[in-house]
Amino acid sequence: MVEYTPTEMMTVSAARALKNDDVCFVGIGMPSAACNLARLTHAPDITLIYESGTIGTKPDVLPLSIGDGELCETAVNTVAVPEMFRYWLQGGKISVGFLGAAQLDKYGNINTTVIGDYDNPKVRLPGGGGAPEIATSCGEVFLVMKQSKRGFVEKIDFVTSLGHGKGGDDRASYGVDTKGPSRLITDLCIMEPHPVGKQFVVTSIHPGVTREEIIENTGWEVEFADEVAETAIPSEKELQVLRELHARTAKAHGDQQ
Amino acid sequence: MVARFMSLKEAVASCVKDGDTISMEGFTHLIPHAAGHEIIRQGIKDLTLIRMTPDMIYDQLIGAGCAKKLVFSWGGNPGVGSLHRLRDAYEKGWPTKLEIEEHSHAAMANAYDAGAAGLPCAVFKGYRGAELPRVNPNIKFIECPFTGESLAAVPAIRPDVTVVHAQKANKKGDVLFEGIVGVQKEAVLAAKKSIITVEEIVDDFGDISPNAVMLPNWAVTAIVEVPGGAHPSYAQGYYKRDNAFYKAWDPIARDREAFQAWLEEHVINGGPEDFAAKRDANKA
Repeated sequence: MVEYTPTEMMTVSAARALKNDDVCFVGIGMPSAACNLARLTHAPDITLIYESGTIGTKPDVLPLSIGDGELCETAVNTVAVPEMFRYWLQGGKISVGFLGAAQLDKYGNINTTVIGDYDNPKVRLPGGGGAPEIATSCGEVFLVMKQSKRGFVEKIDFVTSLGHGKGGDDRASYGVDTKGPSRLITDLCIMEPHPVGKQFVVTSIHPGVTREEIIENTGWEVEFADEVAETAIPSEKELQVLRELHARTAKAHGDQQ
Repeated sequence: MVARFMSLKEAVASCVKDGDTISMEGFTHLIPHAAGHEIIRQGIKDLTLIRMTPDMIYDQLIGAGCAKKLVFSWGGNPGVGSLHRLRDAYEKGWPTKLEIEEHSHAAMANAYDAGAAGLPCAVFKGYRGAELPRVNPNIKFIECPFTGESLAAVPAIRPDVTVVHAQKANKKGDVLFEGIVGVQKEAVLAAKKSIITVEEIVDDFGDISPNAVMLPNWAVTAIVEVPGGAHPSYAQGYYKRDNAFYKAWDPIARDREAFQAWLEEHVINGGPEDFAAKRDANKA
């Protein structure tokens, strides 16, 4: 019997969403772990791009920042940041953007700016960084985030980055012709946008998770697909590679624990 | 005007004054921390600080009371959490009130590029469906005169002074950057004056690519040799990012007294010569 944590299940499911021929713009944190796990398992030729300008990077440990030296040392090429955003991202050369969020709504609009009012915030978050343009310029967007009522809300406090807007064709009304969020991977399940309404629908539930748990941890009314799959458990290889990656990372960043 | 070699004290005193708009760039890599400390030591006030990722360097300047405004696009301690001095100044006005102007990375990268290119504004496909244009009057949309497409526009960044760190200068004062080069070249070329701290001054650069990222001596105001001057950021080929210190910064910055004690010991009573030991401790 393979034992694993919900976070490991989430990271493994997120990694599986990526293909060997993807060119992926990697957000820091959870997306970075998932993207490198994909590269170290089923997608060895995937091109990982970090906004610091590193193209085709193959770090041995997860970077603490998006500009750690190893990203550059192991990259095919490193370009200046204006070139990264202008030619590579805005120019439409990137197939997938992989992002996390602090708050998310059912249309995949994301907030990483403030909780509460912009001018008098309850919590001031770091802000958008690369995300507002990653969300609109990449071919499609995968989201990875731990599920909770606080994070998965009916209305986000600030639209840092566009998902499907108000649903339906709303995204296109902003002059955006890319696909937008096409998959949301959480520690409980996988959701995909409804083909017409674009609201997220649960399409796969991780083993041992109940529908009630998903509902309890979601701030919007959860929809389930007619046929909901059970997510395949992490393989021994996926878990081993992920755990080794985390162990190397902790050692490299001077963690005491 | 050809670049002059100076001490850090002289460079900051001659290039940076109260009320200036200043950009201290370096995208995680090559962040000019030693120069930041010198600005704090000289007690320069009312600065408008521009930087894509304020990072620890601006957390220190803001906490030390040097800033009145921050222009930025991502304000966190990467992989660790909040910038507590930034938040304390913005949310509670300590030690002074901080005004913010917030952008996306794409906007700032384009705005530096426009500044270097002598344009009044940057035009790009950005902020589509995003809410920042509602709260930042410096984000507008214009129509392409050829296609009618709606495009985002932001003012060019034109700092009074840009401060960056690089690996090497040669004896003539030409500067070489390698690795993650960020927006440093654009930020220097967009500014009226510039200070470049370097790891070392060499006779010549030896065998480098004809496409190496260089600033010729006539494009730079002041050059200062400060070995280790980017710590706890890093200089590719010299020393690694001190990720453990980025984590250790969190509890220091979280508490006003702990921060002030740290500032007193390491900045007010410190100097650029302290950075060489930090470089040696984080050898690549």
